[in-house]
Amino acid sequence: MSELIEMAKAAIEKNCKLNDIDVNLGQLQLSVDPANLIPVIDFVKNDPSCEFKQITDIAGVDFPENEKRFEVIYHFLSFRFNLRLRIKTQIGEVESLPSITSIFPAANWFEREAFDMYGITFTDHPDLRRILTDYGFDGYPLRKDFPLTGNVEIRYDEIDKKIVHEPVKLQQDFRNFDIQSPWEGTKYLDKGAKESE
Amino acid sequence: MAINTNIEETSPELERLKRLYADKGFVVTSINNLINWARTGSLHWMTFGLACCAVEMMHVGTPRYDVERFGAAPRASPRHADVLIVAGTLTNKMAAALRKAYDQMPEPRYVISMGSCANGGGYYHYSYSVVRGCDRIIPVDVYVPGCPPSAEGLLYGLLQLQKKIRREGNIKR
Repeated sequence: MSELIEMAKAAIEKNCKLNDIDVNLGQLQLSVDPANLIPVIDFVKNDPSCEFKQITDIAGVDFPENEKRFEVIYHFLSFRFNLRLRIKTQIGEVESLPSITSIFPAANWFEREAFDMYGITFTDHPDLRRILTDYGFDGYPLRKDFPLTGNVEIRYDEIDKKIVHEPVKLQQDFRNFDIQSPWEGTKYLDKGAKESE
Repeated sequence: MAINTNIEETSPELERLKRLYADKGFVVTSINNLINWARTGSLHWMTFGLACCAVEMMHVGTPRYDVERFGAAPRASPRHADVLIVAGTLTNKMAAALRKAYDQMPEPRYVISMGSCANGGGYYHYSYSVVRGCDRIIPVDVYVPGCPPSAEGLLYGLLQLQKKIRREGNIKR
């Protein structure tokens, strides 16, 4: 197993422009610049010592404090060598990544999901539109600055006979479930109990 | 199905008719009772499974709980259905489809809201994409609590709905 990792690692190190390469928990992990993404992914898919033929997922992460806000993580699987691979890349809010649909057609919907949830754009994507959220949805729900309850809520209007969107008005106040330990209970409850004593 | 016998409009004439025809293979009753009997005895339910509650809804239809002994059969089309069981989390994107299904049902129609999510958003109450209760979209007759409610729970809800129809039901509704 470790020989296979070393073999793939050596091949990738030799042929790709990387920022970093690492073996973590028995899995290869690369860090690349967005400009080098396409050649690197093309290499790991087709090189006979890698053969990462399946794309498992494309994940996004939002780090508002970073200069380059979003991290996009590609997960691959090699059937032949029973290996997994992560490729990490960082982009800013107004930048866009190259789409890898030309290499992995399955990336189509993953990239649509990343666009839907984070507003990350992919150049040369055949059909980049929202995939999961409501029709006409505004905002990117997995960004850290998106409010949990969103901006609009819906109800059926009996007069207009249609579903209307209205600003969120919670009937029940937002509650803070900061449960630290089931034995000690929550801090805010502690405080309330002491005040009442 | 037991028919509600203590109706107030029982008159001496009706009693006489009942006695007259009882031995000849006829039953004399009021049209209200007859309609209630027919409605409660054929509550065909529209399967609107949205999440894990749908699995419990399926269990109700299996031989163990056997909801069909109450004359209720699952229907895949809202146009065949009498009662809509909203089983699961209703999202904003699904709400228009739910309303469309409800609008297609023939009168009299009833709605059972099944589980915490359909009742009031439940676990997803504060979410940006979930309707905080399916009664924001369609009128609900019976709420079944639970997460998910057991199959018996839903069955009990269905029996409660029968009770409600018997109490309030008439031709006009």
